[in-house]
Amino acid sequence: MALNKTYWKSIDQIDSSNGDLKKLEHNEFVSKLPEDFLSDEESLDKSNTSRRDFLKYAGFTTAMATIAACEGPVINSVPYVVQPEQIRPGIANYYATTMADGYDFASILIKTREGRPIKVESNSDAPTLGCANARVHASVLSLYDNMRLKGPIAFGKEVSWDNLCIQVENRLKEMAKANKNVVLLTPTIPSPTTKKIISRFTKLFSNIRHVVHDAISSDSALNAFETFYGQRALADYDFSKSKIVVSIGANFLEDWQGGGYESGYAKSRVPIKKNKKASMSKHFQFESNMSLTGSNADYRLPCTPSDQKNILAYIYDNLILGSPGQLSEKLKPLADKALDKLKNYGSDGVIVTGIEDENAQAAVFAINTFLNSKSFDPQSPKLIRQGNTKEVLSLLKEIEEGNLDGLITVEVNPVFTFPNGELLSEAIKNLEFSLNFTSTSNETSSVSQFVAAVPHYLESWGDYEFKPGHFALAQPTIRPLFNTLQFQDVLNRLMGRDLKLYDEIKTHWEEEILGINSWSKALHDGFFSKVTSKKLISPNFSGLNLEKLRESKEEGISLVLYSKIGMGDGQQANNPWLQEFPDPITRVSWDNYLTISKSDADRIGLKNTNTSNGALNGSYAAIKVNGKSLKIPVIIQPGQALGTVGLSFGYGKRMGLKEEMQTGVNAYSFYHGFKNVQSVEISNVEGVHEFACVQLHNTLMGRGDIIKETTLEIFNTKDKKYWNPMPHVSKNHMEFDVTSKEVDMWQEFDRSIGHHFNLSIDLNACTGCGACVIACHAENNVPVVGKREVRKSRDMHWLRIDRYYSSADTFSGDSETKDNISGIGDSLTTFGKMEQAAENPQVAFMPVMCQHCNHAPCETVCPVAASSHGRQGQNHMAYNRCIGTRYCANNCPYKVRRFNWFLYNKNDEFDYHMNNDLGRMVLNPDVVVRSRGVMEKCSMCIQMTQKTILDAKLEGREIKDSDWNCACSNACDTGAMVFGDINDKESKVAELHEDDRMYHLLEHVGTKPNVMYQVKVRNTEDV
Amino acid sequence: MALHYEAPIRKPLVTGDKSYHDVTIDVAAPVEGAANMQWWTVFGIALTAFLWGLGCIIYTISTGIGTWGLNKTVGWAWDITNFVWWVGIGHAGTLISAVLLLFRQKWRMAINRSAEAMTIFSVVQAGLFPIIHMGRPWLAYWVLPIPNGFGSLWVNFNSPLLWDVFAISTYLSVSLVFWWTGLLPDFAMIRDRAVLPFQKKIYSLLSFGWTGRAKDWQRFEEVSLVLAGLATPLVLSVHTIVSFDFATSVIPGWHTTIFPPYFVAGAIFSGFAMVNTLLIIMRKVSHLENYITVQHIELMNIVIMITGSIVGVAYITELFIAWYSGVEYEQYAFLNRATGPYWWAYWAMMTCNVFSPQFMWFKKLRTSIMFSFIISIVVNIGMWFERFVIIVTSLHRDYLPSSWTMFSPTFVDIGIFIGTIGFFFVLFLLYSRTFPVIAQAEVKTILKSSGEKYKKLRDVNNE
Repeated sequence: MALNKTYWKSIDQIDSSNGDLKKLEHNEFVSKLPEDFLSDEESLDKSNTSRRDFLKYAGFTTAMATIAACEGPVINSVPYVVQPEQIRPGIANYYATTMADGYDFASILIKTREGRPIKVESNSDAPTLGCANARVHASVLSLYDNMRLKGPIAFGKEVSWDNLCIQVENRLKEMAKANKNVVLLTPTIPSPTTKKIISRFTKLFSNIRHVVHDAISSDSALNAFETFYGQRALADYDFSKSKIVVSIGANFLEDWQGGGYESGYAKSRVPIKKNKKASMSKHFQFESNMSLTGSNADYRLPCTPSDQKNILAYIYDNLILGSPGQLSEKLKPLADKALDKLKNYGSDGVIVTGIEDENAQAAVFAINTFLNSKSFDPQSPKLIRQGNTKEVLSLLKEIEEGNLDGLITVEVNPVFTFPNGELLSEAIKNLEFSLNFTSTSNETSSVSQFVAAVPHYLESWGDYEFKPGHFALAQPTIRPLFNTLQFQDVLNRLMGRDLKLYDEIKTHWEEEILGINSWSKALHDGFFSKVTSKKLISPNFSGLNLEKLRESKEEGISLVLYSKIGMGDGQQANNPWLQEFPDPITRVSWDNYLTISKSDADRIGLKNTNTSNGALNGSYAAIKVNGKSLKIPVIIQPGQALGTVGLSFGYGKRMGLKEEMQTGVNAYSFYHGFKNVQSVEISNVEGVHEFACVQLHNTLMGRGDIIKETTLEIFNTKDKKYWNPMPHVSKNHMEFDVTSKEVDMWQEFDRSIGHHFNLSIDLNACTGCGACVIACHAENNVPVVGKREVRKSRDMHWLRIDRYYSSADTFSGDSETKDNISGIGDSLTTFGKMEQAAENPQVAFMPVMCQHCNHAPCETVCPVAASSHGRQGQNHMAYNRCIGTRYCANNCPYKVRRFNWFLYNKNDEFDYHMNNDLGRMVLNPDVVVRSRGVMEKCSMCIQMTQKTILDAKLEGREIKDSDWNCACSNACDTGAMVFGDINDKESKVAELHEDDRMYHLLEHVGTKPNVMYQVKVRNTEDV
Repeated sequence: MALHYEAPIRKPLVTGDKSYHDVTIDVAAPVEGAANMQWWTVFGIALTAFLWGLGCIIYTISTGIGTWGLNKTVGWAWDITNFVWWVGIGHAGTLISAVLLLFRQKWRMAINRSAEAMTIFSVVQAGLFPIIHMGRPWLAYWVLPIPNGFGSLWVNFNSPLLWDVFAISTYLSVSLVFWWTGLLPDFAMIRDRAVLPFQKKIYSLLSFGWTGRAKDWQRFEEVSLVLAGLATPLVLSVHTIVSFDFATSVIPGWHTTIFPPYFVAGAIFSGFAMVNTLLIIMRKVSHLENYITVQHIELMNIVIMITGSIVGVAYITELFIAWYSGVEYEQYAFLNRATGPYWWAYWAMMTCNVFSPQFMWFKKLRTSIMFSFIISIVVNIGMWFERFVIIVTSLHRDYLPSSWTMFSPTFVDIGIFIGTIGFFFVLFLLYSRTFPVIAQAEVKTILKSSGEKYKKLRDVNNE
């Protein structure tokens, strides 16, 4: 029905005869433009808007319109709707948790600020693995990796968890029905609850087999232990109890058998005088690559893998069989010496080996049992390596033969870590079913049908049993950042069990572990220990046959694969802190490389050169193993055994990594049979590789006052003046100590009141591991600058660990050479020679950070007083005041000041964690992020000392010595770094300040530093 | 300054049959005439270089000092090398105008104007570097002790860099005033000759209303003497203070007490060389051979030879003291200078600064215009290397071998240096076309005593 009603507003409107209204209606909106007002002079004159006013209005309007058009950046800060009780802005919360990624296992504390985990600390209360290495310290940054998977994926598409679980469940059920061969491949998960879940899972899906694979295998040691002690585990050692340590290829200060030995080792390495006589352990190392362990040894012999086998057999034969044995002349002297010491010291000695041979591992057990070594602890073995190479190899065979139908991989990346990755990748593509649990996309996930995104360990629950009876708990420290689920939760879902992992862990612990003990306390502590009554079987070594070891001979060149302390097995390759972390030995960052001895390099024609700005270049070598060839850059490594080359795992990953992090070559592709020694062919190939090395000069140039060292014998028998003399200066023809007031230009400042901070660094305890370097990075928001800048010698590390090689056989030899120089001609040639490291040099490590000089050269030269001295001994740096003349850095004798050459945050040229919102979450809010153009350096963690002072003040108590902290001293598991207040006479650092071994770096310059070093004492007899 | 008698044996300082009017014409000619092709070519090159340098400076300031080749160990390199080099060059101007005035060396009159112009222009270049080498140059004013709202913040009077601020700014202002005072009668001369009203206006402004009354002249003489007295200590103090940047530090190779005299000698050495470089060209281009004679060049060559030898002695003393000190770090620093990775810089310095001026012992060589020109360039190359050697080779290997590295310049380092050379020449070329390049009023005072024409007349009369 159409509407034909007419609406009207007034009577006039319906009266069509009313013409006036019509006219008005027409004129309601004027259609004609008004006449040009400018030509109408009359109206213009009438207007009181002058031309000037008009311009003002026009100008104002334009300006306002322009301003209104730009919108300032909107930064949303979202406050808590309900303020959590435990979280107070500005106050850090610490949670005990456990890092366990299948390679690194550590009980740690996590510092969170406003709900964000920002730092890892060692949980020193934990009885096992309570020490965090560089990778563990850096792992907090991996949490904020913006390359992490944001949710589950099925066939390349993002799906929901429900969808993924249903699809996977259906597949699994189908396959179970058809009894298809499916393998669940995991790394070592020494977790009681997880084991329970997995066994339940494999029971439900009986066609699924569980295989454990360690990316870097400890298989031979596990096998040997299993054979002789009846449990698949690793014997534990406590090096603090030994006086003689003989290591045959065991790099126990890095990752050997799970690592964590450095604190025990360091305890026996510090000579403390008791009854005027100090003792320390004596350490023999026989190894191929130059390792941290080897560089800390008193005696080190570079030898090939077969030499190592011969030596072990020789020691075994002599010690246990009582037969003289056979050994080549080259190896005999040091092997005899080690043997002699082992004989004499009996139960105070210990022998360890890294030879990947079951017999060799068994021989070590036998020798230690024979010696009744106090350090050897087979009754409480470590469970943190469970990989089974035999099973993995049979799995590989099945894959090759096409007998595998499905593969579930859990946080392992076999396509990358298996030697025949490409083949595996094709095979997985052709599988009926493939599921990969991973936190970042990787080579395996890219070929898997289903990818389940798992959370970072700091977002996860977990429980672990490191050793029988030694348990640890992991708890989330932040809600999962992305749509992730833990692997255990997914398994439960697949089994149709609606149980949270937390509940399951708690139930399991309360029922089977804790007994009457409190769950809350265990969770609070992060660990729980109890005594286990289970005794392992007593081994019988009588059947041991070392014939193969005795007769082992080198064929061609051996490639010895190893892991770097900065990268481990490579799981954290997308972590910029670790990429920029300089290797303690080569001091190269952002790369792995082939280490080769000078003679071998010369023979093949491989070179290391420096460019005009000092940067290190290396030739490429082609390495051929089993027909597979790779082009690898070369570093000439002093101390590398002739006829061997080294290459580290962990690099060469390409997927799931930012472009800058895609560094190095993949050593796993040479890991045939999961054996770390491979026979290789090397040839020289075209091309030059650009390295980013932070230390371009390797020797100490005979400057014995930089790293003072002596031998135990001299230390015990001679006066301090002999081995740690104070440098002198003459005034009016009289000799004074350089620290004497007589020769001081400055008025002494009264430092007896208040705190006076000092840091002591014990060169005997420092193994050079570099945990402090990463801890300092994390605590102080030190920027990552990338390979290109490191190559230009612009690394930003506030704390560095200098590594020196001797040029003669020993450092004392270097000093002697230098002292014996006579005349100009001699000095020209001698200093040139001293720039070259010896073939098997002594090595020394020296952590150097700002020395906080009381007479600081940097402070006097700053024109704007941005560098000034604190009341408590620190040398302050006022970033806001700094105008960036760099005069302070030039005048710093220790070269510890670091300049912000560019803007390192929010700059696309430096696309590391500080360039994205997620990565910036790791920043410590207590420390300012420096802008471009200012100088920065170690502050002695003033934010930490100030907090200690304020806390004590609030609580109205005196500060205890143990309250003082620095990021580096906290991270130092060996106790090499001790920080505190020397005005507190009871403090440890005050005691160390008076120690005979104490000296200051470059004392003769007169800077009076607040950082001190303790003379390195080597337990060598004959020099 | 009256017309004193000059021995006939002395060579005339003004050659050619010049009358007072001739002097006026000759000096005013470049200002009044049009620029020739050569001038435009050179000016074009200089301007291009300047603009290139300006681009590099803008790039540095907008991106960061990282665009230079510096690193954690070598915090200064070309920046401060250039700074010291330019300051050093400036010294000859002051020495010529002030010290030689006090010593009544009349030969200075022909060259002091340009030498002083060179001083000012090179101090301008020098002053650039301390500013742009800062990480945050927009805060450069913080080095000035001005009352501020930052609380009790104040500059650090212990810092040699702060002393530099005072030294350089004092130097620039005193030099500028001294130069301008001398320019007043000459500007007035040009003003009086100017035909175009605009020119007349400009030059009357520049000449501060100089009338040429006897009182003007008397005051002029007095002020000149006072300013010469003020400027003389500056010749010694400025480079002394610059040398303190290094001498007061603790770095081996920097920490030496010999630096002040060594730097001052080096500064005069390089300054005279630069004066030679500039004047040898200018006398030709502006036809001033009768005023800037071979005798002038010879005298300057002698100064170069003497100061070059002083510098040589200083180099050797340094080496000796390093050995004699018995300090291993000191010894190594100097050994490394001569034989380390930067040996070529050291030997370039030695060759250019110590060996090349020794040729000036030969009269034939030191009176050769071409040879003098070449040596003047060589000396300045050498003096640049001297600063490079002191700064870079001391820093790149200091105490801890772990920090040893090398320095290599980037295109920005080089660009800025070339830019300042361009800027310097732009200023100098503009100056040579607009300023009276010879202190004609002063030259006129000696025309009757030392002019060739009048000397000849006197000789004829005597005979």
